[in-house]
Amino acid sequence: MTPSTSSSFWQRYQRNRSAMFGLAILSVTILMSVLAPLIYPGSPFALVGEPRTAPNAEFWLGTDTLGRDVMAGIFHGARTSLMIGLTATVVSLIIGVIVGGIAGYYGGTTDNVLMRLTEFFQTIPNFLFAIVLVAVMTPSIYSIIIAIAVVTWPAVARLVRGEFMALRNREFVQACIGIGMSDARILALHILPNCLAAISVIGSLMVATAILVESGLSFLGLGDPNVMSWGYLVGAGRTALRTAWWVCTFPGIAILLTVLAINLVGEGLNDASNPRLRDK
Amino acid sequence: MTSTVLDIHDLHVSLPQNADRPYAVEGLNISIERDQIVCVVGESGSGKTLTGRAVMRLLPGPYVKAVGGRIDFGGEDLLKVSEARMRQIRGDRIAMIFQEPMTALNPLMTIGEQIDELVRMHTRLPKPERRARARAILDDVGLPDPAGMLGAYPHELSGGQRQRAMIAMALILEPELIVADEPTTALDVTTQAQILKLLKDLQAEHHTGVLYITHDFGVVADIADRVEVMHRGIQVESGPAEQVLNRPQDAYTRSLISAVPSLIPAHRPLRVNAPVVLETHALCKTYRSGGGLFGIGGRTVDAVRDVSIRLRQGETLGIVGESGSGKSTLARLVVRIIDSDSGTINIDNTEITSLRGANLRQMRRRVQMVFQDPFGSLNPRYRVGRLIAEGMIVHGTPSKEAYRRADELLDLVGLQATAANRFPHEFSGGQRQRIGLARALALDPDILVADEPVSALDVSVQAQVLDLLDEIRERLKLSMLFITHDLRVAAQVCDHIAVMSKGAVVEYGETGQIFANPTHPYTQELLDAVPGRSWSPVLLAKSP
Amino acid sequence: MTQSRKRVLFIAKRLLQAVPVIFGIVVVNFLLLQLMEGDAVDVLAGEAASATPEYMAQLREKFGLDRPFHVQLWAYVSNVIVLDLGYSFRYDMPVVDLIMTRFWPTMLLMTTTLFIAITVGIILGLLAATGLNRWRDTIISVLALVSYATPLFWVGLMLVLLFSVRLGWLPTSGMETIAAFYEGWDRVLDIARHMVMPVTALSLFYMAAFTRLMRASMLEQSNMDYVTTARAKGLTERRIAWVHVLRNALLPVLTMGGVQVANLLGGSVIIESVFGWPGMGLLAFEALFARDLNLLLGIFLFAAILVLATNLIIDILYTFLDPRIELS
Repeated sequence: MTPSTSSSFWQRYQRNRSAMFGLAILSVTILMSVLAPLIYPGSPFALVGEPRTAPNAEFWLGTDTLGRDVMAGIFHGARTSLMIGLTATVVSLIIGVIVGGIAGYYGGTTDNVLMRLTEFFQTIPNFLFAIVLVAVMTPSIYSIIIAIAVVTWPAVARLVRGEFMALRNREFVQACIGIGMSDARILALHILPNCLAAISVIGSLMVATAILVESGLSFLGLGDPNVMSWGYLVGAGRTALRTAWWVCTFPGIAILLTVLAINLVGEGLNDASNPRLRDK
Repeated sequence: MTSTVLDIHDLHVSLPQNADRPYAVEGLNISIERDQIVCVVGESGSGKTLTGRAVMRLLPGPYVKAVGGRIDFGGEDLLKVSEARMRQIRGDRIAMIFQEPMTALNPLMTIGEQIDELVRMHTRLPKPERRARARAILDDVGLPDPAGMLGAYPHELSGGQRQRAMIAMALILEPELIVADEPTTALDVTTQAQILKLLKDLQAEHHTGVLYITHDFGVVADIADRVEVMHRGIQVESGPAEQVLNRPQDAYTRSLISAVPSLIPAHRPLRVNAPVVLETHALCKTYRSGGGLFGIGGRTVDAVRDVSIRLRQGETLGIVGESGSGKSTLARLVVRIIDSDSGTINIDNTEITSLRGANLRQMRRRVQMVFQDPFGSLNPRYRVGRLIAEGMIVHGTPSKEAYRRADELLDLVGLQATAANRFPHEFSGGQRQRIGLARALALDPDILVADEPVSALDVSVQAQVLDLLDEIRERLKLSMLFITHDLRVAAQVCDHIAVMSKGAVVEYGETGQIFANPTHPYTQELLDAVPGRSWSPVLLAKSP
Repeated sequence: MTQSRKRVLFIAKRLLQAVPVIFGIVVVNFLLLQLMEGDAVDVLAGEAASATPEYMAQLREKFGLDRPFHVQLWAYVSNVIVLDLGYSFRYDMPVVDLIMTRFWPTMLLMTTTLFIAITVGIILGLLAATGLNRWRDTIISVLALVSYATPLFWVGLMLVLLFSVRLGWLPTSGMETIAAFYEGWDRVLDIARHMVMPVTALSLFYMAAFTRLMRASMLEQSNMDYVTTARAKGLTERRIAWVHVLRNALLPVLTMGGVQVANLLGGSVIIESVFGWPGMGLLAFEALFARDLNLLLGIFLFAAILVLATNLIIDILYTFLDPRIELS
């Protein structure tokens, strides 16, 4: 992706209807997370109504088994999901880029050792490992973020390694070596900028994965007890599935829409940065 | 019975809206007889490849399609027949041979399976007969062990062998016409010679008509009966080979032919007593691939074996060889982009293989490299000015000064100073090579290593860049190590030549001597393989 | 050296390579145990009231908790090697035996899910790719996209809501109707009825993943040079898609299958807890609830070995399918 075509990048993105649709939904989610403390001030755990009230004019999405406002839970849950999703992804990207970049650029024994390490982490069943980590570290936002990052960085490392290896053999990188540039300069200024497109795409898709993992953990009761989460709402509403179906349904829809939106945006980014004739 | 196999009338092939011209091919007229090889020659963008695709009706739609004219074949207009009918014709009556043997075959099917499905598609022959036919044709194309070859997978064959297999597939059903789209361009020059001979022999034997698409006039000289020259979609010249090659009428044809370097070495002044600026002694580099955790097992390749060369001040030393000869590795060893396993490299009597840190960086100012790939040798994310100035900045020159000098260098290589603010993708291949040259000159080197600097360029642009290199070398008093596989270029550009094969230097001497009296069998083979070596009209480019 | 002999050596080499990985996981387990708050034996005893002080003192001695770090590690590793993963007080049996009783229900669930997800996914991906950009492709792609974004636990709960609570067609939870004491085919059918929703819920996500991958893989292969060669031979589009492109497109899907097994094991924790399916996943969930970390880690180790075994099988399968792989 060349800088001079960044305006055409945005134009290409805009032409993609599903990507714009995803962007729209994502904006709603972001808006909800930003406005949560304004529209629903106070704690979303507060008991504000009769338990198990169906959706009505006062509580648009009803109340749960204890009398908490489901809509408030959704607004505040948006903050949690986005925050954890983004932070975990950033941490995971940092680890992945460093490990994959060094392995791909230097090759040889360094590559061998780092790849063994990556494969090791990839063999471990992801979600189980996340459960174990959060259980060991006791559930909190931090342990969840760390667990997600530890479980997802190998995929990034693999991708980055491939990109760095390919770029290292490109002639413009060889020219840099011939000129006498330091490795650090080559890695940071010449190789990394040419990887940004691939890294952003995988990053955006990872945010979606992180949100799914976080909601799964919260559903199982491993979420931070002080923080409202969509997964927690669904988990807490299980017992009332027969009598108060709305408690489980709406938070789940929120997760679905948000993850779908992020996936669409990620694919939109991918398509916009690799322009080619898509029609047959 | 008419002997005309194919008759293209006024063919028009359209291009998508945002292309630089409305038609890829405009008003083309070609007629091919039995037993005749018609060569369509042109540079990139001339529309020659799409012409071949149009005959097979394999144009990469939906915007690139035939929009006018006729293609008469066996009484039918190929542009109008149904798709089902076209499928009957493809492979059976018209066959195509493609350029890239490495990717043109399905990697998961054996050669035998891929030939068999073709025969099964068009005939009702029983299995034993199909097998016998396949064996026979594989033998005809010169593949060893035809029976075993049937069960072999494409990745087990070399490039030349794969191309033979493709030719076998093209000929097995005895088509009336073969469309060959640059079938030897991706092959080594010695392999190319063999395949060209094979094609000619088989064509004569089967009386097939051949539409041969190429950019190489040497190939045209060797095999063509008729020549059609294309330029930006228009057919600019047409006629018997002997006439077009030796007495071209059209201005563009003349300019193309005059850009082809002559095989007769240019007369170059001798510089016997000039001091030695670069010398290698017993240089070695081995690559290992595969191997387990501790490097056990795996394969080793001796990329460079015991190479000793000597470059004198002001001269151009050519390193000539095919792919896998080690010439590119040698270039990179000399510039210390990769490190050798053993041996020494001396620049002005300083041994450089063991230099590290600041000393190494200092040494890099003395010798710089110009690369082959105009698309891959410039970082696409930065402006040209930055790319040229960066080297100087890294070595301590203040930024303003570096950019000023970058502008000077752009002027030196024949580009305008405004180029500094643009991105690489805004330039043509030839212009990008000029930028690469400017970047190499930025550090004021004494020695320039040029790794196939013109191999990826069209022949007309090639001549310009070679002229530029020559001029710069004279003006800045540089010494040049010139890597190439193209003997024509070597003949015009180099004072001395080192011929490399499988990592070792097999012959070494003055250019004129080597071309007149090659002593090593490989050198002889290499010289014999150059296409069009017996064609030397007055027009061919010679160094002044 | 014959092909089959090479293959045997290849398998042996891979098995050897698996050993350090398993060792690594055991060490990770041990380190995680150390990270727990409190005495390791408290954890080992699972904070169960039924652990007598005498037994706990015995355990302390056995694990040498007062001894140096590396001695403890060695003790732990040697226990694992003889398949002594500890004792579960809650269930009153050794951890190994406990895991084995729960192993088969999970296997049943997972193999069925994997089979359905892969086959349906491949077929759908194929249909989408061959009907590119037409309504067939659009519908399949949209469904895949939505399924890929759906959380497992939610889809499970929604299925229960619809088919059990509202419609009453399928049982809410469990693997079989215990009180009915079915035998033979009746039992098989009963289990099958209980399996419908868990398998559907679990396979939806992975089916979507395989569909998308297959579609992308088919498209990528369709642009390859050998496809043009095939057209130039006069082959029909149908043959090109089903014989040439399909074979090449399947390879990356197979690789992904191996990767997904690891994810499936994690997904089974959620699905089994939603549907009360008595497998390893539910056991892990119960262990979580009961703060029985030792049991959880035992399951974790088991799952990792399962993944390794599956990867090895996939690798071997690959050598049969891709002639370019070198069995050195």
